[in-house]
Amino acid sequence: MPTVKSLEDLKRIREEALQKRAIKTAAGNIQIIVGMGTPGIAAGARDTLREFLTQIEQRSLENIQVRQTGNLGMDSWEPIVQVQIGDAPIVNYGKVTPFGAVRIIEEHVLGGKPVDAYLIPVEKE
Amino acid sequence: MREICLHLLDLAENSVSAGARTITIAVSEDLSADLLQVSLADDGRGMTPAVMAQVTDPFYTSRTTRKVGLGIPLLKEAAEACRGRLEIVSQPGEGTAITAVFQHSHIDRMPLGDLASTLLNLLTAHPEIHWIFFYSRQQPGEAEPYRFDFDDAPLKEVLDGLSLTHPHVLTYLRETLEAGLQGVQA
Repeated sequence: MPTVKSLEDLKRIREEALQKRAIKTAAGNIQIIVGMGTPGIAAGARDTLREFLTQIEQRSLENIQVRQTGNLGMDSWEPIVQVQIGDAPIVNYGKVTPFGAVRIIEEHVLGGKPVDAYLIPVEKE
Repeated sequence: MREICLHLLDLAENSVSAGARTITIAVSEDLSADLLQVSLADDGRGMTPAVMAQVTDPFYTSRTTRKVGLGIPLLKEAAEACRGRLEIVSQPGEGTAITAVFQHSHIDRMPLGDLASTLLNLLTAHPEIHWIFFYSRQQPGEAEPYRFDFDDAPLKEVLDGLSLTHPHVLTYLRETLEAGLQGVQA
């Protein structure tokens, strides 16, 4: 099997990560959820999700979970991204391009301030 | 959807909704027989024959938020437009397997798209699922096909709870998939 890396490499990565974590204070866990139902995918959600992974890798960001979910039922807002930092309420973003993903990482995840340009307005009943 | 990989993501999401615990994705390029075959099999709840008969109908969806489901009908149409076919085998309580076959060289065949990146997405964004990937490429005149097999179970065992989206783990996964899948022709 032509893998460039072995399971031994992965073991080493794990040990290093655990050592680092022991020194660090607990920064809140961050969850990023991308809607990947048919409309989300058709609207480009795959590239948006990919950009989140790229950002995590390039900026070496820990404690971020990226998940995908099915149809979120707001098709006109796809690609939809939900961000939750620690126990804070979930923030819903719509029409999130890969560029939007970079802004969400920079301004919301790292800067602590939601990105107004992509917020889905709360529907008034 | 303009890439086969996007259809794979779509199918995988159906499998997750169907309660799958293991999802197997296989991509096979047979350049000597001029075929591209993409398949996805899950151990989700499966479909009854009645539902099976409906899934290729664009006005059928199991979803309750909208009344149309275009994923499978679009893939079927795309495969059939390229002298291919879409096959679905399903057994209630056991799972579902979907296979799309295309004529590899057909001018209307949509590109496969970035397979490594797509598999990385699935792997990391659905860590609760056991993922198995198979890729093979048979070149004309070569005795043996090139193969790349990937099973995330041993990796998850090593990681023992460390997140798949840890940056160094992401690098490991990305480089493993990219190395295994370099040379994809479709």
